[in-house]
Amino acid sequence: MSDQVKLEIRNMTKIYKTGDGVRNINLTVNLGELVTLLGPSGCGKTTILRTVAGFLSCDTGSILIDGKDISHLPPEKRPTAMVFQSYNLWPHMTVYENMAFGLKLRKIPKPEIQRRITEMLELVKMSGFEKKYPNQMSGGQQQRIAIARSLLLQPEVLLLDEPFSALDAKIRSQMREELRKIQTDLEITVVFVTHDQEEAMALSDRIVVMNKGSFEQIGTPAEIYDHPASRYIADFIGEMNFIEQRDGTTIAVRPENVTVELGDGTGGDIGGYVRTIMMLGHFYEIAIGTDSGIVKAYVSAETAGKFKRGDMVNCFFEGTYRYEPDSEKKREKIAPA
Amino acid sequence: MSFLNPKRWYHSLGKRRFYEALLLIVFILFFYGPLLYTFMLAFANKYEYPSIIPSQFGFQWWNYVLKQPTLVKSIGLSFEFAFATTFISMIICLPAAYVLARYNFRGRKMVMFSFLLGNAFPKIGIYTSMAIVFYKMNLMGTFTGVLLIHLIECMMMMIWLPTSAFRNVPANQEEAARDAGAGPLRTFWYITLPTAWPGIAVAAMFAFIASLGESTGTLLVGLPYYRTMTVEMYGVILDYPSTAGAVFSLILIAPNLALLLLMRRYLGADTLARGYKMG
Ligand SMILES: Nc1ncnc2c1ncn2[C@@H]1O[C@H](COP(=O)(O)OP(=O)(O)OP(=O)(O)O)[C@@H](O)[C@H]1O
Ligand SMILES: [Mg+2]
Repeated sequence: MSDQVKLEIRNMTKIYKTGDGVRNINLTVNLGELVTLLGPSGCGKTTILRTVAGFLSCDTGSILIDGKDISHLPPEKRPTAMVFQSYNLWPHMTVYENMAFGLKLRKIPKPEIQRRITEMLELVKMSGFEKKYPNQMSGGQQQRIAIARSLLLQPEVLLLDEPFSALDAKIRSQMREELRKIQTDLEITVVFVTHDQEEAMALSDRIVVMNKGSFEQIGTPAEIYDHPASRYIADFIGEMNFIEQRDGTTIAVRPENVTVELGDGTGGDIGGYVRTIMMLGHFYEIAIGTDSGIVKAYVSAETAGKFKRGDMVNCFFEGTYRYEPDSEKKREKIAPA
Repeated sequence: MSFLNPKRWYHSLGKRRFYEALLLIVFILFFYGPLLYTFMLAFANKYEYPSIIPSQFGFQWWNYVLKQPTLVKSIGLSFEFAFATTFISMIICLPAAYVLARYNFRGRKMVMFSFLLGNAFPKIGIYTSMAIVFYKMNLMGTFTGVLLIHLIECMMMMIWLPTSAFRNVPANQEEAARDAGAGPLRTFWYITLPTAWPGIAVAAMFAFIASLGESTGTLLVGLPYYRTMTVEMYGVILDYPSTAGAVFSLILIAPNLALLLLMRRYLGADTLARGYKMG
């Protein structure tokens, strides 16, 4: 990754006739960087990607690649390539024909096309699939080919719209790793869209958390996890306990930052009783019933063994966040008119 | 010959299956009976009352029909019209169908519906009023006039089927082509058209068959210069023996049958059925 700016979205707004859309989007993506747009369904992730690809025109603002404004170019003239959630491949063409399509349009000689496709299939571990038709492949294989086809176009910016969301969890994480490897090896600039915060954490150099058509926070996965800028983000990224205070503010603490001790149930930062103890793989989750609702703590197996249901306990918080009561309401006002 | 006794069938098949079989036999007789009879007639050299089956089979009447220059000419003309109609209706209707499938403009439903409307009235009424217009425009008795009639005949088929076929092409696939560097026209030609092909092929086949079978309008507008097979058929029925008529009607059926078989072969019953599906 370098600090040369590849893609820049400047003050872009796109509102549909229905009033939904995205407002005042500002984003710069550096060469070789993978930036993820993360947000719940309907927050406008696809809308942003489609304005960059050229399938939607922006109402205001501009989109620049290498400093040149491309917002008035049709999709075929833009140096971007996009992979969709599904139905990417042309069903009447073989894998080879699918991949050769864009190269033929670029008037690249046949032997060169052949060479590049063979190389690319190797890269995505799909060698030998040249003659297969899309309906003869699994969903994961189809998405691999779709990504390979986009990479062959050597785009300045690669746009991926939830490319793995139709795949099952295992293949998904495998594809994620491979994508990350190829992306860093070839130094490709990528804007990745997902509504899965785990996927965003695993893949990204930086994450943009979106809420109702605008950006809520931009930062590295660690920054966003360790310093969620609002209660909305604290809630959306990872697990978080929220404890309402008497003054209307909210204290938030991650379950891994809660330590539990046997006690009278009134001491520490908050007291209560053990409701449930659950094993979640290599650690345990203890749910503690308190006057301000349930507080969850992640503990080791050894610690979990000290407790049983109904025990009175005291909890101590190691790192907390405080959110003002009106921050949530303010955000609601940003919602599209 | 006791196995011919229906009572035995009834008991061996069971009540329900027996009536089902009976229904099927009646249906087949009703459907294929006339066809079979036509076949028999066409290859009958000698067929006199009161024998049930012709006393001599052969190609006598085929020779006879194929030696009539007016009849042979009409066969050629029919195919000329059928090809022209299919080709021109594709050029006109496919872009229109694409627009109807992809763009949600106001009045879209009305346009789709209006193509149905043309088929809702008795054809002869429409043709008569068209004939009046054609007179004024000097289109009566011209190739263009007849072609227009045939085009109208297959308009609905050529709009409705391809529209649903185009609608079944995922927009992503077109966008992926644009993304790869193809302009709108190339995208349509290389991606949309081939993907929607089964529906379009079925529509084209029906246009071809509809044009071959059109008679009323052709009779009204084409006479006396443009006499297609179906128009000649009227004369054949009146002026020739029924055996010649049978030969002629087989010649009329043959291309339809050939087309259907061809489609089945190249597209498979699956795709064929998918072509019918209204999206
Ligand atoms: N063509 C359209 N016309 C009108 N409204 C639209 C259109 N496309 C999307 N929207 C609306 O705009 C908002 C943002 O849509 P978008 O597809 O960008 O969401 P998303 O973040 O990609 O969601 P998802 O995770 O479900 O894909 C949604 O409320 C959606 O209903
Ligand atoms: Mg989306």
